[in-house]
Amino acid sequence: MITLGDYLMVSGILFAIGFAGVMLRRNLIIIFMSLELMLNAANLSLVAFSRFRVGPTGLPDYNAQVFVFFIITVAAAEVAVGLAILVALYRARQTTDVKDITSLKF
Amino acid sequence: MSPFLFWIFALLTLIFGAAVVINRNPVASALSLVVSFLGLAALFMSLNAYFIGIIQVLVYAGAVMVLFLFIIMLLNLRAEEARRINWLATAGGVAVALILLGQIFSVISHLKFAQNPFPPLAGLTVDDVRNIGAVLFRNYNLPFQIVGVLVLVATVGVVLLSKREPR
Repeated sequence: MITLGDYLMVSGILFAIGFAGVMLRRNLIIIFMSLELMLNAANLSLVAFSRFRVGPTGLPDYNAQVFVFFIITVAAAEVAVGLAILVALYRARQTTDVKDITSLKF
Repeated sequence: MSPFLFWIFALLTLIFGAAVVINRNPVASALSLVVSFLGLAALFMSLNAYFIGIIQVLVYAGAVMVLFLFIIMLLNLRAEEARRINWLATAGGVAVALILLGQIFSVISHLKFAQNPFPPLAGLTVDDVRNIGAVLFRNYNLPFQIVGVLVLVATVGVVLLSKREPR
């Protein structure tokens, strides 16, 4: 029997993988992809809670699914802006490696 | 959904999610991310969230990943040459991620209700799109309009950012 806890475990592992990607990788595009993984892990736990909280009408809690809808919309806009910044950065510096971008480093 | 299918799709999501981080070639990472998102869409559908699963495939596996691949091809990124790996920093990053994972697991294992099975739904299928639409347009109409403005601002911002500055 698959329980809510199983879905939350999968979501937690996925979040940790994305977090490790942000911590470990130095390529900005991979860091972006890891951010997307973390957003999707949060979406998975939201949808699992939505299915778990069945109302008196026998329907899942749609507030959580609307929340996921908003997250997906904002994440798509965020990816577009982030990649545009990446292209502008590449045009100025010819690199996407975070080790080479140290202008703000103290 | 049968436990067998759940574990298949969960493993698919996690293994290809890990491949995103491990692969050195950005194109391979992006394609792994597509597979991971498809597995996640299957998990959404297993939770009777058909609409979310569909927009996961359309928006993420479709639009967002095409954008990623387009940028990778545009910048002509190749597999990063094997730089000297800083083992101390790598071990630190893995340790922080493992600590986070341990904390998440301990929180989940302390949730008593998380061991209960999912309550049954009224029918075999749910009228997903209509119900989400009703909630979205009745209770969340203002946020919906604001998100529309946000997407417009993002579009204008992207055009502005990618314009070449006049010399």
